[in-house]
Amino acid sequence: MTDPIFGRLDLSSLSVWRAFQDPSLSELIGAGAAMAVILGALATLALLTWIRLWGPLWRDWLTSVDHKRIGIMYCALALIMLARGVIEGVLMRTQQAFGLHGGFLTPDHFSELFSTHGTIMIFFVAMPFIAGVINYVMPLQIGARDMAFPVMNQISLGLTATGAALVMISLVLGEFSTGGWANYPPYTGADFQPGPGPDYWIWSIVLAGIGTTLSGINFAVTIYKERAPGMHFLRMPIFCWTVICTSIIMIFALPPLTVAALMLAADRYLDFHFFTNDLGGNMMNYVNLFWLFGHPEVYLLVIPAYGVFSEVISTYSGKRIYGYMSMVYATMSIAVLSFCVWLHHFFTMGQSANINAAFGIASMAIAVPTGVKIYNWLATIFRGRVRMTVPMIYATGFFYLFVIGGLTGVMLANPVISYQVHNTLFLVAHFHNVIIPGVLFGLLAGYHYWFPKAFGFRLHEGWGRAAALLWIVGFSFTFLPLYWLGLQGMPRRSASFGDPSFQPMLWLALFGGMLILAALGSLMLQLWVSIRNRVQLAVPLGDPWNGRSLEWSIPSPPPAYNFALLPQVLDRDDFAEAKASGRAYAEPAVYEDIEMPDNTAIGMIVCVCSTLMGLALVFWIWWLAVLSLGVMVVSLIGRTFRTDLSHVIPAAQIAAEHRAWLARVRAAPAVDRLAETHDRNRGRAMPERPFAAGAAE
Amino acid sequence: MSVRQISRILPGALALALTGCTGSGDSFLQPGGPIAAAQRTELFQIFGWTMIAILPVFVLVPLLLWRYRYRNAKARYTPDWDRSAILEVLMWGVPLVIVVVLSAQLYRTTHALDPVQPLASENPPLRVQVVGLDWKWLFLYPDLGIATVNELAFPVETSVALDLTTDTVMQSFLISALAGQIYAMPGMRTRLHILADAPGSFEGENTQFNGTGFPAQRFAARAMSAADFDAWVAQVRADGQPLTEASYALLAESSTGAQAQARLGAEGMAPGVLHFSTVEGDLFHSILHRYMHGNPVPPSAQPGAVGYAPETAEQTR
Repeated sequence: MTDPIFGRLDLSSLSVWRAFQDPSLSELIGAGAAMAVILGALATLALLTWIRLWGPLWRDWLTSVDHKRIGIMYCALALIMLARGVIEGVLMRTQQAFGLHGGFLTPDHFSELFSTHGTIMIFFVAMPFIAGVINYVMPLQIGARDMAFPVMNQISLGLTATGAALVMISLVLGEFSTGGWANYPPYTGADFQPGPGPDYWIWSIVLAGIGTTLSGINFAVTIYKERAPGMHFLRMPIFCWTVICTSIIMIFALPPLTVAALMLAADRYLDFHFFTNDLGGNMMNYVNLFWLFGHPEVYLLVIPAYGVFSEVISTYSGKRIYGYMSMVYATMSIAVLSFCVWLHHFFTMGQSANINAAFGIASMAIAVPTGVKIYNWLATIFRGRVRMTVPMIYATGFFYLFVIGGLTGVMLANPVISYQVHNTLFLVAHFHNVIIPGVLFGLLAGYHYWFPKAFGFRLHEGWGRAAALLWIVGFSFTFLPLYWLGLQGMPRRSASFGDPSFQPMLWLALFGGMLILAALGSLMLQLWVSIRNRVQLAVPLGDPWNGRSLEWSIPSPPPAYNFALLPQVLDRDDFAEAKASGRAYAEPAVYEDIEMPDNTAIGMIVCVCSTLMGLALVFWIWWLAVLSLGVMVVSLIGRTFRTDLSHVIPAAQIAAEHRAWLARVRAAPAVDRLAETHDRNRGRAMPERPFAAGAAE
Repeated sequence: MSVRQISRILPGALALALTGCTGSGDSFLQPGGPIAAAQRTELFQIFGWTMIAILPVFVLVPLLLWRYRYRNAKARYTPDWDRSAILEVLMWGVPLVIVVVLSAQLYRTTHALDPVQPLASENPPLRVQVVGLDWKWLFLYPDLGIATVNELAFPVETSVALDLTTDTVMQSFLISALAGQIYAMPGMRTRLHILADAPGSFEGENTQFNGTGFPAQRFAARAMSAADFDAWVAQVRADGQPLTEASYALLAESSTGAQAQARLGAEGMAPGVLHFSTVEGDLFHSILHRYMHGNPVPPSAQPGAVGYAPETAEQTR
């Protein structure tokens, strides 16, 4: 029987207590991480109190429904979780480097590490980073004032933060699953892992997954309904096309995961038998559902990164994107094909050769539109004028490393090869090879590219270059050796190994891990140095990179309402054409009142209640689960009775702000691209060529 | 050098480079049988064909970035150029042709190397039943009446027909130097065929994580001449103990091969290896049916479960 008040939570749930009982190195590392979480949280709370930021934090951020602030909070969450994920990765590299017949971590601790590392990196780094960049950029690019559903947007963020919070709490209370990020039953069933570990995984995935589905709906509806006048679908920046594709995947691919996790929960909590060994349960149904989500998921991640690279390469080459229609077709093909290939994650299940061949060919087919995109970017550079800024360094690293990932992807798409390298480090190397140079480099390029838009000052170039180069070199040293080890048959998730010939490559990989740690450090230093030098780096006029799309036509940071007057779009790359034809920075004849949604605490209520509910479910504290769910439901219903949910910004105020900004723009000297990364750059760009009659068709 | 010449030379050069590196020798890159050899060839062929699409990227990226660097006033600058019919055809066409070629090959080899199919051999096939346990492999020889743990011996140039299942969580069975892996799942039977060209010992392993003893779940796949195999069978009959319901219950506990040796009092064998001279009943099928009879299997009767206790399960049954 469990305690009616505390459920199965007791003193031994505390990892610090466990380390006190058994002070081994492995337990001490776990307790150290728990202390870091506790002390980090306490220090943050103390700091907020000390500099009296509680009020501004609550008013301007936590209760905000502004897509820009929500986007920034998503990115902040992702970067914090990235730090934990990278540290865990380096810890695993260290364990394996010393893992010949042993290592310093217990096998249980090691398996917790690879489970949290995968879960965090996919669900709480890549996904929130993507959601953050989309949230910030997409409404600005289509000329909208906010998302279609601003409050739902806040709730999505709240649910994602809940998932991340549960994973962080698992460091302090209880332990996380040891079943990997895919959490396959029956290993994660109640018979084999009766503890709270898999339950942490289930509830963080279910709650964050619901948030992501809602995000997908929000992104799609925003693009369908909120485009500025004249912003036809085929005038949208490529990034917005990638957002459509990604939101389709979010809407259709996340529910199978949520359902699979809930079915696993039914097995574990209610004695169901969906995936148990006995009574007709079948784990392969879980595997099917999981990868029905899991494969579209990787395209969900990489497609927006393609979008970022499209924007970055076009802007820094000073050129239209080559093959716009090809890009649209290619992206949409990838999104559709992504639903037709999931079975390649288990070619070795024992199904017939015909099934394997069909899914193998479908998987390989994705290489065609992906190849087209790479060639399109090269053609965009062709006859351009390229500035090798930080995002372009990421793009260069992406070109080289991503095609290697593509090569090994074509190999893995072949069942004959998959039979050999499935479940080995070859697979680990492959998916890191597409996710780091593809997704992460794309997002970091986007971070550098759009940061000045969000905060009004550029990021320091020098530290940015150092970080980019360290990421590229560090990635190569860490993961390319793993291909070799995988071909030699070293399985993934090995806490130790017995073959001395693996050792040199594992040492190389550890060296690479150190470089990645240095890359992370450089990113943090870059942010610190940039904030300190924000006056020199300021670009308030809004266009530091001679941008091509609408987000660069407004001040940095943009006002809450984004556009003083909704833009009238005449062309693809509308702002570039406007600058060329001289219609940019025009003063509207009339300003109008703007109605904007009010702040609300509902997102925070959902976040706090769902975190408590998740924790209560993990530890079987039934009264708390019911109570927190009840509060959440009542609050959501209660909110629907409120009618006065918006405020009006008067036209006079908008006119004054906008005219003041326009006056500054006109007074400022336009800066050419050679001075792009100099302090002279205040965000007014000189056109790359003199205006010629007829150039703007 | 033509593309065809390159694609012919590259696999060979690559094989040379790869075998030059350090390796354990237990990999399909140094194949010990026809399946692994075919898989290696397939790997190199994919590599060669894919290079047609990849090498241009490697070459063009630095060339383009240098040629069209911002300060190069001599390079042409066409900011509005954004399409070309010829390029479009090439960009879609070349990857498409490569994928079509590789798809035809994939269809052919996926069927040719289907693990369900017996392998061509003049010798009569050998049947072996494989049971994945936490953290060791049990091999049953139904036609010989013997069984082993962590040692799979078989005659060379003989098609070995493996039937696989587990009596715990899912596992994946791989002898890289001979053939690819196949999942082993409770209540289900999968099939795999292996054949070794020459005598030798190849490492086999589980590649699907199944708990703390996972890295120790390795075994030796030993291909030997027919005479040596007969001698080996005789030796197993001589030095093995009977595999009864009781000793199986001990064996099925979560333990590595070395721990199981100690549990069953079989010290003195090769590390992690156990021999059984006789097997009680049709063990493989009783394991398969354990999960398929429509009655619940409580944790106490479920090998690998936290509460596994075969003695109490016996009483409650």
